[in-house]
Amino acid sequence: MSLFSVFNVAGSGMAAQSTRLNTVASNLANAESVASTPEAAYRAREPLFAAVQKQVGANSDAESEGVRMLGVTESQAAIPSRYEPGNPMADADGNVYASNVNPVDELVNMISASRSYQNNVEVMNTAKQLMVKTLNLGN
Amino acid sequence: MIPGTDNLFGIHTKALDVWQRRTEVLANNLANADTPGYLARDVDFRKALATASGQSAGLTLETDVPGQITTAGQAAQGLAYRVPTQPSMDGNTVDAQAEQAAFAANGVHYQASLSFITAQIRMLRTAISGQG
Repeated sequence: MSLFSVFNVAGSGMAAQSTRLNTVASNLANAESVASTPEAAYRAREPLFAAVQKQVGANSDAESEGVRMLGVTESQAAIPSRYEPGNPMADADGNVYASNVNPVDELVNMISASRSYQNNVEVMNTAKQLMVKTLNLGN
Repeated sequence: MIPGTDNLFGIHTKALDVWQRRTEVLANNLANADTPGYLARDVDFRKALATASGQSAGLTLETDVPGQITTAGQAAQGLAYRVPTQPSMDGNTVDAQAEQAAFAANGVHYQASLSFITAQIRMLRTAISGQG
C-alpha cells in the first residue's frame, strides 16, 4: 500500500476508458454499414466495467483497487431495415439491414469517456507530484 | 533527551500515512466513476488518525497466530461509504466533481504534512550544525 498503487488504479481507469473510446469509435465508424440479414447487421457495442476487489479473506467489505473490463456487450435494440433494391447488399426482397447505432448515444459516451480519462490523468499527475515532493523531503 | 526516531516528527508521519491512504481510496473512486453498482468510499480522517496513533477508544483483539487479520487492521482502514447526493440509475454513487474536489484538498493536506516534517528536519539540522 503506497502512492504507487495509485498509479495502478489510475492506469486501470485509463485503460478502461480508452477501451470505451475504442468501442465508441468502432460504433460510429459502423453507424452507416448495412448487411443482407438482420443477424449480420452491426450492433452497437459497449464495454461493461466492474471494480477490482482487493482479496482480504472473506471480507466482502474490502476496498477495491482499480477497475476492469468484464466484457463487451452488444445492444439489443431493434435492427432497422430499409427498402433499397439498388443496393448490392439487398436481400431477395430488396431490403438492407442497417446498424442499430445511435450516434447521439455514442457522442455522449465519447464525452463521458474522455472526461473520465482526463480525471484519471489528473489523479496520476497529482500522485506523481506528491511522490516527488516526498522524495525531496528535507530539502 | 533525544526522542526516538518514531516520534521525531510527532503526529505528522501518521497523518501522512492517512492522507496517502485517502489518496488511494479517492483514486479508486475516480477510476470507478463509470462502474455500475460501485459505491464511493472515503476515509474518516479523525477515526483513521486516532487508530493510527493508538488513541482509538475501541477495544482491539489480540492476534497470536501469524497472518491472522487484526481487527485493528480492519479498523485502521477506517473506510466509510459516501452518502450520495445524486445517485445514478446504475447504482453508482461516485460524484466525479465531489471526488475531484476531495482529491485536490487531500493533495494539499498531504503537502502540508510534508511541510511540517521538512520544517522539523530543518530545525534539527540547525541544531546539529549550530549555524542558521
